[in-house]
Amino acid sequence: MSDDATFMLDGRPIRFVAGQSILEAATAAGTFIPNLCHHPEFKPHGSCKLCTVKVNGRASSACTTRARAGQEVASDTPELNRHRRTLLQMLFVEGNHFCPGCEKSGNCRLQALAYDLEMLNPHYEHFYPPRPIDASHPDVLIDFNRCILCALCVRASRDVDGKSVFALAGRGTAQHLVVDCPSGKLGDSDFAMTDKAAAVCPVGAILPKRVGFSVPIGERTFDVEPISAHAAHAAETRG
Amino acid sequence: MTTNEAALDTVLADLLARHGRDPGRLLQILLDVQARFARVPPEAVPKLAAALCLPIGEVESTVEFYSFLSRTSVGEYRVLFSDNITDRMLGNLTIFDHMAKRLGVRAGEVSDDGLVSLDTTSCTGMCDQGPAILVNGIAVTRMTLRRADQVCELIRSRVPVAEWPADFFRVDHNIRRADMLLAADFTPGSALKAAIGLGRDRFLEEMRISNLRGRGGAGFTTAVKWEAARNAAGDERYIVCNADEGEPGTFKDRVLLQYYPERVFEGMALAAYVIGARHGLLYLRGEYLYLRPRLEEKLTELRALGVLGRSIFGVDDFAFDIEIHMGAGAYVCGEETALIESLEGKAGRPRIRPPFPVTSGYRGRPTVVNNVETLAKVSEIALNGGAWYRGYGTRQSTGTKILSVSGDCARPGIYEYPFGVRISQVLEDCGARRPRAVQISGASGQCLTPREFGRRIAFEDVPTAGALMIFGDHRDMFEVALNFARFFRHESCGFCTPCRVGTTIQAKIMDKIAAGHGTQYEMNELEHLHEVMRTASHCGLGQTAGQAIADTITEFRGDYEKRLARKDFEPAFDLDAALDRARDITGRDDADSRLVDEGWHARETTR
Ligand SMILES: Cc1cc2nc3c(=O)[nH]c(=O)nc-3n(C[C@H](O)[C@H](O)[C@H](O)COP(=O)(O)O)c2cc1C
Ligand code: SF4
Ligand code: SF4
Ligand code: FES
Ligand code: FES
Repeated sequence: MSDDATFMLDGRPIRFVAGQSILEAATAAGTFIPNLCHHPEFKPHGSCKLCTVKVNGRASSACTTRARAGQEVASDTPELNRHRRTLLQMLFVEGNHFCPGCEKSGNCRLQALAYDLEMLNPHYEHFYPPRPIDASHPDVLIDFNRCILCALCVRASRDVDGKSVFALAGRGTAQHLVVDCPSGKLGDSDFAMTDKAAAVCPVGAILPKRVGFSVPIGERTFDVEPISAHAAHAAETRG
Repeated sequence: MTTNEAALDTVLADLLARHGRDPGRLLQILLDVQARFARVPPEAVPKLAAALCLPIGEVESTVEFYSFLSRTSVGEYRVLFSDNITDRMLGNLTIFDHMAKRLGVRAGEVSDDGLVSLDTTSCTGMCDQGPAILVNGIAVTRMTLRRADQVCELIRSRVPVAEWPADFFRVDHNIRRADMLLAADFTPGSALKAAIGLGRDRFLEEMRISNLRGRGGAGFTTAVKWEAARNAAGDERYIVCNADEGEPGTFKDRVLLQYYPERVFEGMALAAYVIGARHGLLYLRGEYLYLRPRLEEKLTELRALGVLGRSIFGVDDFAFDIEIHMGAGAYVCGEETALIESLEGKAGRPRIRPPFPVTSGYRGRPTVVNNVETLAKVSEIALNGGAWYRGYGTRQSTGTKILSVSGDCARPGIYEYPFGVRISQVLEDCGARRPRAVQISGASGQCLTPREFGRRIAFEDVPTAGALMIFGDHRDMFEVALNFARFFRHESCGFCTPCRVGTTIQAKIMDKIAAGHGTQYEMNELEHLHEVMRTASHCGLGQTAGQAIADTITEFRGDYEKRLARKDFEPAFDLDAALDRARDITGRDDADSRLVDEGWHARETTR
């Protein structure tokens, strides 16, 4: 394997294969770099910026930056984690996240990261945007209040389902998720429960109907272990 | 089918045919739809999507991105006031309020009869002859109360904009200092012939020797960019001229396009000759719509002269032509990858780099994106050689630079200097008496104080895309920073978290300070936000969106502090206003139902 090489992540060597991003290589090695808009099965998007690291002193997104031999990457530093807490706070105040009443609580990556990075409060004034929910589809509910604009559903629907049911529209904080049909309602689109796009939302924005709270709160993925430890275990299981 | 819908179908069929049913021309089609219906009718969206084989969501995405497209009707006459800080300093708000009163319409609204709508817009690039407005997309300069009255009258009498007095639309070049570029005569075709005489490789070598660097801001070496595009694999290559010029305070590209278009187009042809491009695209900001007919004419002339076309000047494998694409009110589209997205008809969200445009740009092909001024300079090198060119300017910044000077000075306008000129020299030449600060390179640039006026305009000292806004000693620098904060909130594309949310929080905090409710706490918050946006944002917009605030906090802290409340902390929301609904429900309005300290939102300036 002549392609193999290593870079340094917070002082530890990480092996990588040519073409891998810093985030992919770190994840494969069981080292967690916080991330929200990344999903191993899709093209990186690079929008949430939670994965921002310093590569040879320069800030860049770990999910979109190629790993190269000899890079010095800093990720778990007080400064970068302080920035990450701010980014999380931004996402929380921009939407309407009432975790105690959210079906995704415990499985939500936004919530899990907030715990992991010790975000203790939202800090900024809430925007309280009015975002009506879309319950038009028989099997799936979209609660736009919790959408963090990560475009995972957009990518899944376009690249895997071949449907392009979702798109992001609007500029600045007016940006929002739109559904591909004249009425703009999910029920009128050709979205199906079996779509990949139905299963990728990292937060509680796209939820299956009628299966609420089948796993009790307290026993869910990130209730049991923090997201960083979870990622490390997942890497171990994969070997 | 209603008649309206029949009319829509006819118009769309015609537009689609004229644009060759090319999904890449979606934005251009939507601009035509907007011009025709004073909005993009909701029914047009699925129809266009079907005709162009695009998902509806993608069409929506484009419609909602651009300020000059609207879902709801704007007035038959759409009046937009340029709202840069320089327009403010020239009193645009007084004129705005006057017009609003006379026309009986409020900011952001349409008059009841649908005749007129009134709103503000980001800097329209007329800073040396403002306050400026756009009427149905066409620039009107030098607004006064008198001119506002005349405009109101013309609108009331429904006189078509094309029949308004020509003087309203006069755009002066205001060239105050001309040097190697602006003072020279130029014969169209001469530079191209000279380059062809040298051959591709030797001309590129001259470009390298000249050390010409990009004038769009980043200062990248032009020859290196061209060479990379030439060497990249691809079945087509493109030359894109970046005429988005959205940086507040910048207007030199406008002057070049209006008075030196043959220089710019020939620069594009020269680039095409070197890299082997057959197609050129000029991305013209929507605010410069008034330039379009003359630019189209110029292209026709150049085709007749053989500067554009097939087998140009007898070179068999050299065919090149140029097409103009309009922008639609989005500053971020000046960023080269957002610009390419926009050229492809999409929302202008910056791409992930790498790949860079030189390897994968417009339609995934090798693409050179150059600024208007950069391209205008290329003809000088073709005519006079790289060594001659290097004789001007400094070692690292060769040639001349065109500055757009505005603000508090006697002679605002265009100044061309060899690189290395001291800021103090510029200030003296333009007649700036007692300047308190100079904002270099627009809202995203640096704010310099008199202490630094001895510094030089050059990539190695004070780099600039060309704007120099001057603030006299009577100006309040907090107002300047506030104007920029609102600009960035409006212009953030929304792609990445730090810029999308950060620019909004930043503007909210600035509004809070403006309303007299900020404290030391807010000052620290602003500095922290800048740090996060600068570090984590995806593109230059977010990375610089807090710079002016950081600079003015450092240099003009007093302008902030005089507004701060004498407290350590004030809540971000208005406690009393929050009780409104409760009072409503309970039907109470007595003294006990009110908090003593009157809410600050009530007193907050609305603009
Ligand atoms: C937010 C933003 C706005 C920009 N606006 C412009 C612009 O209006 N005109 C321009 O030429 N370059 C602009 N740029 C720089 C371009 O991305 C690019 O560097 C430039 O067009 C390259 O041309 P040059 O090498 O000739 O300078 C902008 C960059 C950013 C980040
Ligand atoms: S709905 Fe979920 S997956 Fe889709 S953009 Fe919003 S947060 Fe991301
Ligand atoms: S920095 Fe701002 S403008 Fe740039 S991509 Fe992010 S949100 Fe968009
Ligand atoms: S995970 Fe890298 S930007 Fe979101
Ligand atoms: S737990 Fe609240 S949105 Fe996920």
